[in-house]
Amino acid sequence: MPSQPAPDLSPQVSDEVRKTTCYMCACRCGINVHMKGGKVAYIEGNRDHPVNKGVLCAKGSAGIMQHNSPARLRAPLKRVGPRGSGKFREITWDEALQTAVDWLKPLRQTAPEKLAFFTGRDQSQSFTGWWAQAFGTPNWAAHGGFCSVNMAAAGIYTMGGAFWEFGQPDWDRTKLFLLFGVAEDHDSNPIKMGLGKLKARGARVIGVNPIRSGYNAIADDWVAITPGTDGLFILSLVHELLRAGKIDLGYLVRYTNAPYLVNAADGPEKGLFLRDADGKPLVRDRNTGQAVAWDTPGISPDLGEGVEIGGVSHLPVFRHLADRYLADDYAPDQVAERCGVSAARIRAIAAEIARVAFEEEITINQPWTDFRGVKHDKMIGRPVAMHAMRGISAHSNGFLTARALHMLQILIGSVETPGGFRFKPPYPKPPEAHPRPHAGHAPGQPLDGPHLGYPLGPEHLLLNDAGQPKRIDKAFSWDAPLSAHGMMHMVISNAHAGDPYPIDTLFLYMANMAWNSSMNTSAVMDMLTDQNDDGSYKIPRIIYSDAYSSEMVAYADLILPDTTYLERHDCISLLDRPICEAEALADSIRWPVVPPDRPGHEGVRPFQSVLLDLGARLGLPGMVLEDGSAKFGDYADYITNHERRPGVGPLAGFRGNGDGKGRGAPNPDQIARYIENGGFWIDHIPAEAQFYKPWNAAYQDWAVERGIYDSPQPYVFNLYSEPLRKFQLAAEGHGHRQPPDHLRARLIETMDPLPIWYPTFTDDVTDPAEYPLHALTQRPMAHYHSWGSQNAWLRQIHGHTPLYVSGEIWRAHGFKKGDWAILSSPHGKITLPVVRMDALNPHTVWTWNAIAKRRGAWALDDDAPEATKSQLLNHLIHELMPPKGDGLRWANSDPVTGQAAWYDLRVRIEKAPAGQSVSHPHTGAQDSPVPPAPQTVAQHVKD
Amino acid sequence: MTQLPKSTQKKLGLVIDLDTCVGCHACVISCKGWNTQNYGAPLSDMDAYGGEPEGTFLNRVHSFEVAREQAPPMVVHFPKSCLHCDDAPCVTVCPTGASYKRVEDGIVLVNEDACIGCGLCAWACPYGARDMDGAEKVMKKCTLCVDRIYNENLPSEDREPACVRTCPSNARHFGDLSDPESEVSKLVAAREGFDLMPEQGTAPVNKYLPPRARDSLDIPDLASLCDPVPGDETTPAAKGFLGWLDRALEKI
Amino acid sequence: MHPAPSLIIFTTLSGIGFGLLAWLGFGLRTPTGIAAIVFFGLGYGLAGIGLIAAAFHLGHPERALLAFTQWRSSWLSREAVLSAATLAIMAPHAAASAFWDTQLPVLGWIGGALSLVTIFATAMIYAQIRAVPRWHHWSTPPVFVLAGLAGGALLAAKLTLALWLMLALSLAMVAHWVAGDRRFANSGSDAGTATGLGNLGKVRLLEPPHSGRNYLLREMVHIVGRKHAHKLRLIALGLGALAPALLLMLPASYVAAFLALGLHLAGMLAQRWLFFAEAEHVVGLYYGR
Ligand SMILES: Nc1nc2c(c(=O)[nH]1)N[C@H]1C(S)=C(S)[C@@H](COP(=O)(O)OP(=O)(O)OC[C@H]3O[C@@H](n4cnc5c(=O)[nH]c(N)nc54)[C@H](O)[C@@H]3O)O[C@H]1N2
Ligand SMILES: Nc1nc2c(c(=O)[nH]1)N[C@H]1C(S)=C(S)[C@@H](COP(=O)(O)OP(=O)(O)OC[C@H]3O[C@@H](n4cnc5c(=O)[nH]c(N)nc54)[C@H](O)[C@@H]3O)O[C@H]1N2
Ligand code: SF4
Ligand code: SF4
Ligand code: SF4
Ligand code: SF4
Ligand code: SF4
Ligand SMILES: [Mo]
Repeated sequence: MPSQPAPDLSPQVSDEVRKTTCYMCACRCGINVHMKGGKVAYIEGNRDHPVNKGVLCAKGSAGIMQHNSPARLRAPLKRVGPRGSGKFREITWDEALQTAVDWLKPLRQTAPEKLAFFTGRDQSQSFTGWWAQAFGTPNWAAHGGFCSVNMAAAGIYTMGGAFWEFGQPDWDRTKLFLLFGVAEDHDSNPIKMGLGKLKARGARVIGVNPIRSGYNAIADDWVAITPGTDGLFILSLVHELLRAGKIDLGYLVRYTNAPYLVNAADGPEKGLFLRDADGKPLVRDRNTGQAVAWDTPGISPDLGEGVEIGGVSHLPVFRHLADRYLADDYAPDQVAERCGVSAARIRAIAAEIARVAFEEEITINQPWTDFRGVKHDKMIGRPVAMHAMRGISAHSNGFLTARALHMLQILIGSVETPGGFRFKPPYPKPPEAHPRPHAGHAPGQPLDGPHLGYPLGPEHLLLNDAGQPKRIDKAFSWDAPLSAHGMMHMVISNAHAGDPYPIDTLFLYMANMAWNSSMNTSAVMDMLTDQNDDGSYKIPRIIYSDAYSSEMVAYADLILPDTTYLERHDCISLLDRPICEAEALADSIRWPVVPPDRPGHEGVRPFQSVLLDLGARLGLPGMVLEDGSAKFGDYADYITNHERRPGVGPLAGFRGNGDGKGRGAPNPDQIARYIENGGFWIDHIPAEAQFYKPWNAAYQDWAVERGIYDSPQPYVFNLYSEPLRKFQLAAEGHGHRQPPDHLRARLIETMDPLPIWYPTFTDDVTDPAEYPLHALTQRPMAHYHSWGSQNAWLRQIHGHTPLYVSGEIWRAHGFKKGDWAILSSPHGKITLPVVRMDALNPHTVWTWNAIAKRRGAWALDDDAPEATKSQLLNHLIHELMPPKGDGLRWANSDPVTGQAAWYDLRVRIEKAPAGQSVSHPHTGAQDSPVPPAPQTVAQHVKD
Repeated sequence: MTQLPKSTQKKLGLVIDLDTCVGCHACVISCKGWNTQNYGAPLSDMDAYGGEPEGTFLNRVHSFEVAREQAPPMVVHFPKSCLHCDDAPCVTVCPTGASYKRVEDGIVLVNEDACIGCGLCAWACPYGARDMDGAEKVMKKCTLCVDRIYNENLPSEDREPACVRTCPSNARHFGDLSDPESEVSKLVAAREGFDLMPEQGTAPVNKYLPPRARDSLDIPDLASLCDPVPGDETTPAAKGFLGWLDRALEKI
Repeated sequence: MHPAPSLIIFTTLSGIGFGLLAWLGFGLRTPTGIAAIVFFGLGYGLAGIGLIAAAFHLGHPERALLAFTQWRSSWLSREAVLSAATLAIMAPHAAASAFWDTQLPVLGWIGGALSLVTIFATAMIYAQIRAVPRWHHWSTPPVFVLAGLAGGALLAAKLTLALWLMLALSLAMVAHWVAGDRRFANSGSDAGTATGLGNLGKVRLLEPPHSGRNYLLREMVHIVGRKHAHKLRLIALGLGALAPALLLMLPASYVAAFLALGLHLAGMLAQRWLFFAEAEHVVGLYYGR
């Protein structure tokens, strides 16, 4: 036997490791970038990082291919062909910036609202918002309105924080985990790590999802719910728990508004809380039977009995709640068929929740003191955790469904208790602690306050004296009063229609609005190219910043090319979407681990630095010094030196002399300290402040120290939402700010202060016989929206979008392997290949989100399966519903928040004629501003 | 080295937990990344941005559906790489000795300098664990990250396969399956780990852990507590929900 | 399995070539002078073309010499060693026949035997592969060896012998098909054992690991329609063995012999195409095939 070869078992992995933050998605994991000879060679997870603790998802590991993507832009571009053609001329940065100044300067001086600045997958929203505020336009928001504002707003209004980046299950202690409508989510790696922990312990996972894939595939129990009915299912669980008395009354009395007395007297106060002279809500003290301020020491608040005043009995919130949900309407037998879940299953799940919450109670021997000054010697936990995302929020009943879910969590006392759901600082933060929305604009002036916020009543809507929306997206109008993230999906159609007013320049950043982030792609492409009689475009000017040759690039007039995520500074700030953990405050940065390098071309610049440059050229307040020169050299300079409030800036760590946590003067070495520390900063919450955060005195004090609040902000959870009731009152005719008549009935129904369920609007409007199926998309774990397809590694995993149909549909339509289907909705038709999947709700079909590509985009060949065997469901969706009997076209969104109702889509399926081999519709082709991609890739980076 | 060693000192391998794998493909890509920069030729991608991209991968994740009687169908994500078989047919068929199984740890490797690219080993492998590189025309396969697990340039906690290190849900475990005391062996024993296609006679080292029972939640109805609390019949307390509420509040 | 032309040519031509050499070695025909050059040349030529074709299948033919090293365990290596040995040992016998009008019967016999073993080794390259149940059977080597011998006999113009061998070959082919059609099912491998999930229920591929193609699919998952396969089997059997046999039953004539040879070759190419194309690799179970 010849001797065994001796391969090199200890190769040098790299000459240097640079630690920064991944941006292959918005999860913001820490990465170790291994460098060889100054080039990126290999990317792995950073073990010390609070978000991912060393692991990395497929996208993260494929970062090198994104960084080297053939679709990277190389120079600023000026459109020379018609919009959509992709014909551009490369220009210099000077010309690009001068063009932008020429367009924007006159706007600012005359009508700043004519600039609409909207950002997509932006992780610098506090910065872009600040810029827009300085410019003076009310028309700024990020993508939250079409993404998950239902989730965010329902969380904030109910409990001062939501799932997602605001909080997380207590993965280490949970014994029962319910996951509603999640395929992947933003907390991509943490959810997987958490599920791994649960599995290692053998804890039970229940997945509520019409589709059993991904996380739901590993769920111990799968609830194949019919889309749009989660609210009903949840309220049925509430019914069961109430009926059995399996609720945490002590928790409700202490930490929620369950005991608050609701005014029952007819009039403008009806349904609001009874309050004392100081405005404090009243509760009934069981000892005396009297109504007293909720926080009176020594009282024993009642949940059942009310007080009688002037012959009217005012009942506590909990009594309203019990009366409503104990009603037979919510009995499992009543809801089973509608939800597609058997009554026995609903009962079993309710019983399991009750069993784990109350029989497997856990305690941590950690004394703590509540905001009333009461000392507790331990922390008691109800180890049932829940998490939900767009499966419940991307429906027109999503806001109230998310509220219902939070109500369920609160009723069993599992929010901010061990084993349950925990907030991540800077949350919890009740609506009152957030700003109100602002839209006060004037020529040459900054906006009168932050754009977005949480209205507490009709008085906070952004309407002009004529009752017209002040914002181009009509956010914070009667159409969507609590549209806390704006409504980016309405911008293009409103701007095209000039309703509520025409705009001049649409400025977009990092959003593929001409393609996968629009609700009707074909229609939006038409609007972007639609011209007036004189040949000018209906939307006169479009500036766009992208890093890659996306579909949206082809539809813009001026392109400001961005760097890749490894070539720039970024700051993942507490002022924005934090990376904190439930146990710790944390933030992080990106830094240029390699310089931007586009040989032979003008080159690319970090968008934020460009925006600062533009701001300085426009003379925007905060961006120029007194002599008119630029205040910040670049974004890194801003990150270091900008202060939002004295001592509080974009980064919380290493402030002042380097020890400052949360507060402190700007530290010139701050970024260097972050780099030294692995790209992030973390500060652990003291043990006594780890749970019960909204009510925990130690937490509140710690949060003030860290600059999260300026004073302690304890509050109770809003089972009953008074702000919602205020809008309802207006709709009932009270108050001076009145909704238009056509919206009254809908507002009365949907602004219910206690969660209700109603069928999604599509279900209401679309004839179920004609469109019998629900059509959904899911995010593939290995792709991020449209970005993944330029990645040679990832596109091999998901290169096309088969339509997955249930065995039932498969048989009914006689599908065979290799067949194609025609899918139609009232708004369009698409064809795509079909694949059978039995683990599906029988009335549901689905495909992957955003894999489909337009020919010519992303440096892909024209015959790429992304263009030939893929389609967006977006062609079938529309931002407006089909006309109803009333002749009006209602928005295809949640009526409370305006969240785009992507998953309300109803369709009909037919077998495509034999011989189908290319998907339809064909959306034309665009010229590529980047050269053709290489045939073969096999890059071994050598030093 | 085409003959198999009579025995190996260790049996290093992977244990893959099908109860936990969410099918995220993280292991697939981290493997691609590591092995493009390390052992042997980089893993190439042909027609990388075209109509029929075809790249070399050493680890792939399939998804299966399991139809069950009386229970909803299951979906199982199924990662698969070389199983480092004890009776590796891929090794014995190799005409050049390029394929071999290491005596010290049982890892099956290809010496790319000796590989003629005949493809026979890939035919011999029942599991589809080998991939001919389109650009280099040599046989590629999982190396069990032999250049990580002993790598003195890596911190000791990183001396594990790239796919194991990256797996977010901790569905992949690495260790010595010949040692009954190793964590992996204990896991296999506790969770009844199994072999793929045992009838092929390859004696794989890698083991798979089966999915746990699914959809077995079967709890009787919650008793209604709205009726009088048991043992409390003496008090003529109000019945129904309000009565219960009143009594329950008393106890807080 | 992918019916690669290089492998079809390799197995068919080298089989006939070594078949002819076997008969020449065994002294069934003892040509001398020009005739020897023609006969041996034909044998060497066919074997050689076959071997060269095989080299086309290699990613790195320049390293082909390494293939001679692993004869202890690898049938492919054995095949390489044996074919080289055969050609080498036969060479003096061939040269003596051609240039000195004399035979070296001992070397001839050894060479003849080696030729047979070479064909057997070629067959074993496939028959040893358990992962392809259709091949992994005693009936594979007889098909290869009989095909070589029958074709060789035809080339050697030993027509009666060829006739009997053709008939034997037809039986071997039929046996291989009949046995082959059951082998996958009998192998015990199915989607259940491939995934280990068979005890939970019926296992079906939902999604392949990649939406695109890959080497494994290209190389090992080839689907031939049933009807198509049936037709090709008839062609292989008819042209490859039965029609030549019929022709050989006619009074001997060059025309008939050449026709028989042509038909046999065409039939054998079809048989080999099918041999690969019909062979199901168990890896297909991971791809729902
Ligand atoms: N049918 C259907 N449609 C949907 C959804 C759905 O579920 N179903 N989901 C919706 C949701 S929730 C969302 S959030 C949207 C997402 O949709 P988009 O926000 O449009 O997301 P992407 O497709 O990722 O587009 C982002 C753009 O940013 C560019 N980009 C990437 N990196 C950089 C960078 O570093 N700098 C700059 N300047 N640009 C960069 C990309 O090239 C791309 O063109 O899709 C929505 N659309
Ligand atoms: N890998 C990857 N990660 C991402 C993204 C990405 O593109 N790729 N995008 C990011 C973005 S912008 C977002 S908004 C998040 C979204 O994260 P998710 O919310 O996880 O994203 P979706 O894929 O939209 O998942 C929706 C899920 O809800 C289910 N569903 C649909 N309707 C219903 C219903 O009525 N009830 C229930 N119970 N379920 C339903 C669908 O089957 C699907 O599984 O992911 C983020 N993370
Ligand atoms: S989840 Fe993946 S892509 Fe997203 S930041 Fe983390 S590693 Fe990067
Ligand atoms: S990384 Fe882990 S969870 Fe993801 S596919 Fe691989 S084994 Fe499964
Ligand atoms: S899995 Fe395949 S390649 Fe790996 S050792 Fe076993 S037979 Fe060989
Ligand atoms: S392809 Fe390479 S490793 Fe495989 S059998 Fe042939 S020579 Fe050996
Ligand atoms: S052990 Fe290494 S080579 Fe093998 S699959 Fe994992 S990462 Fe790839
Ligand atoms: Mo989103």
